[in-house]
Amino acid sequence: MNPQRVRKGSEPAVAPKSIQDWLLKISYGELGLLPVLAALMAVLIVFNFASPYFLTPRNLSNLTLQVGVLGVMALGMSLVLFIGEIDLSAGSVSGVCAIILVLLSSRFGIPGILAVSLAILCGAAIGGIHGKLVTAIGAPSFIVTLTGLLVWQGAQRMLVGNQIGQILINDPLVISIASTFMPFWLSLLIVASTVGYALVFCIRRWKLKQHAGTAGKLGLLGRSMLFPILAIVIFLVLSNHLGVPVLLLILAILALVLTLVTEHTPFGVHIFAVGGNAEAARRAGINVARLKLILFSSCSALAAFSGIVAVSRQYAADGNTGGGNLVLDAIAAAVIGGTSLFGGRGRIQGSLLGALVIGTVANGLDLLGQSANVKSIITGLILLGAVSVDMVARQRRIRSGAAGA
Amino acid sequence: MSAKAGADLHILEARSLSKRFGRVQALSGVDLQIHAGSVLALLGDNGAGKSTLVKIVSGVHRPDTGDLLLDGSRLNISSPRDASAAGIETVYQDLALCENLNVTQNLFLGRERRSPGNAIRRMFLDRRSMEAEAEKAFDILGTRIPSLAAPISALSGGQRQAVAIARAIVWQSRLVMFDEPTAALGVEQTENVHRLIRRLRDRGVGVLLITHNMVDVFALADRVIVLRQGRRVSEMDPRKCTPDDVVSAITGSERAGERSP
Repeated sequence: MNPQRVRKGSEPAVAPKSIQDWLLKISYGELGLLPVLAALMAVLIVFNFASPYFLTPRNLSNLTLQVGVLGVMALGMSLVLFIGEIDLSAGSVSGVCAIILVLLSSRFGIPGILAVSLAILCGAAIGGIHGKLVTAIGAPSFIVTLTGLLVWQGAQRMLVGNQIGQILINDPLVISIASTFMPFWLSLLIVASTVGYALVFCIRRWKLKQHAGTAGKLGLLGRSMLFPILAIVIFLVLSNHLGVPVLLLILAILALVLTLVTEHTPFGVHIFAVGGNAEAARRAGINVARLKLILFSSCSALAAFSGIVAVSRQYAADGNTGGGNLVLDAIAAAVIGGTSLFGGRGRIQGSLLGALVIGTVANGLDLLGQSANVKSIITGLILLGAVSVDMVARQRRIRSGAAGA
Repeated sequence: MSAKAGADLHILEARSLSKRFGRVQALSGVDLQIHAGSVLALLGDNGAGKSTLVKIVSGVHRPDTGDLLLDGSRLNISSPRDASAAGIETVYQDLALCENLNVTQNLFLGRERRSPGNAIRRMFLDRRSMEAEAEKAFDILGTRIPSLAAPISALSGGQRQAVAIARAIVWQSRLVMFDEPTAALGVEQTENVHRLIRRLRDRGVGVLLITHNMVDVFALADRVIVLRQGRRVSEMDPRKCTPDDVVSAITGSERAGERSP
């Protein structure tokens, strides 16, 4: 038995998870997180030179809080984009669920944890309706969720009713979501265990893959350490201000869970299978309708949670909560993060990093005293850049298939 | 041919299958036996009932009357999943691969292996064991794949065919049906598919080959069955007949009756 035999062909023999494999993937046009990391580095550098206040702990602490609403929504949005669908209603759903939360808490005096759960359940149910309409009627999700955008926005304003302006909330739990910072020891513990886990993971892999060679080991170390290193940097910077916000921890946990589901479970493979070739997935025995229903529902539940985060930041909700460019920014975040609008391609971490890019641009331009119009234009141009990179990579993917024939 | 060893053992038997769609009698009283380690070619003009027969065996349609027997015992298939579970695999003309997924993911699609251990570990994929199994399958097929982690979109046409066929090996299928496998292929790729089908046959798999292509028939088939208007009109041995005989049987011109059973 020669375990490497399969891989020896006209192309170089490669060991799994090694640098060669990674380079091979890039040459196929599988760019992964590279473009979004490059974009993030670029905006960080530009704003660092443009504003002396940008890279201060205080501003970065603000930035992480500002990116929360968009980040949560972008995570949900990526789920439907993975299967080649879209959810234009996420902003309205987050708005209507924000109002539901505020009404439940302020008007009916329902305790925070229950009100939050009910608001998220409402979101999940709304998403279930969208999913059912898409799968049962076969209507394009673009139309179904455009309908949703209008309907739920109307519902949101009706729920606000005659009250002018905002409905305030003073539930301590809801307010604490976006305004609590972790104590030093807790964040240190979390960062240390993240690093520890990554090291243990690396060592276990090294023992399993003796044949992968030094390059493979370095590649593995680099890949596993990316997020622990990020965690250390964030921790060191934010500890100089108020500490690491709890919201950031929530966002990280959500992203971690969704990453595990989409990249390491059978269900995750099925998601990308449906996004790539729904007919092939159906023939393989995958229940495509059920899967779509689950994803639409999850997307709207996350949209609802982003509405809750918005309430927590503003201590209130109104008819405009979740409105404006939010839903389009969420789609843009996913696309900047490498998610394909055609379905079947993308990563959860990418969407989170994409949201960070958009949030950073907004934050940086605010510091420079630029208007919302300038933000809009710059975000649009970054999106154009991301789509262009994706299209070039797509051409490469198609070419690499033909070249191997 | 090497195929003769287990020729008397039939894996699948169809007994007087009939299927009607509205006013069209797609299949009427068709009998069929598929033997281990041999290739049965199923021929017929458009609308002769070939696809209906394939869809019944692969669990897409249920027959109105008639039985399917696997190893002599009655088989109840009501979905493609049941068919797979019974060891019946279908290789579609379009290969039914997800181009964005990698080789291993495609091989195990819908039947992924989970990590052994406790309930939490069992939620996750067991990539290593799937990759090991995938490597074995390509060894058996004698096909080289640049990397199991490569997406299908990075593979050549021949490699994609190998992936579609390797599914049957991974799942230890007893019977593999090929639906017009070479209809859209050039000479070299057709030869590749023939080689892969022979590999399967040599492993004792029963092969049902649905085709229009006489090259396929005379290169591969141990027996030929011709359908016309939903009926089985002829059974032939390709070593004892000419392509003209087969064409006559398909079209129903005079000479066809001579060899009918």
